[in-house]
Amino acid sequence: MLSCKEVTHLLSEAQDRKITLPERVNLEMHLAMCKGCKNFKSQMSFLREACQRYVKNQEKIDD
Amino acid sequence: MTPLPDANKKMIDNSTLTDIRRDMMKFAHLQLRDETLAEDVVQEALAAALSSAKEFAGRSALKTWVFAILRNKIIDQIRLQSRTSNVSSFSQQEESLDETFETLFKANAHWSPGHRPNDWGNPEEALRQQRFWDVFDACLKHLPENTARVFMMREFLEFETAEVCQELSITISNCNVILHRARNGLRNCLEKNWFTAGEQPC
Repeated sequence: MLSCKEVTHLLSEAQDRKITLPERVNLEMHLAMCKGCKNFKSQMSFLREACQRYVKNQEKIDD
Repeated sequence: MTPLPDANKKMIDNSTLTDIRRDMMKFAHLQLRDETLAEDVVQEALAAALSSAKEFAGRSALKTWVFAILRNKIIDQIRLQSRTSNVSSFSQQEESLDETFETLFKANAHWSPGHRPNDWGNPEEALRQQRFWDVFDACLKHLPENTARVFMMREFLEFETAEVCQELSITISNCNVILHRARNGLRNCLEKNWFTAGEQPC
């Protein structure tokens, strides 16, 4: 069973590479019963989205 | 200021250029963390953009074009710096970020109850608020320099992780550690200053 700390590392790496099947299974098992890590996962996706938006905002002309 | 070809003069006036330049400076400064270097890359990018024979269908097209050039100039600059500075070096600031991270957990490496990540609800709402971007900016600036560099290459300049490692001569596992540190630092900062502080009623 993965610890929450390990899950945060895996969730960060999942932003950078395709995680393996065993990693995915372990991760899903953990997320199914851990609200904190589930929130952490959404927060990671949100960060990616915010960064993409940040760059777009800079490049856009605001009238 | 370099004179513009006649066809563009009507649309691209000096105040447009001033605005574009301001946003370019902000973008470059955030990533290079050095006023002079930022000035240099911005100047080079503007000069390159304006001297090209390309015709712009309006101001947005010009801005997109100069930002594309700016990204490349920033990347060149980062490459140059990576030969002389060690990005994986570990400062006091990095150490303190790591210590903060450790305090979020109990001895068994599960979340300590007071530090469990919160449900941010519908965070996309925040993306439409200028005040959120001010907090986001402040949180980015708050990241230690080398940590921020790796994170921004990945997220803003959209390098693959392997390319980041290669460019900066660091190992993949080191890169993963740095990105994790950056993401967690940002996450913590946003949680403290935006999502928990509540979307403050003005």
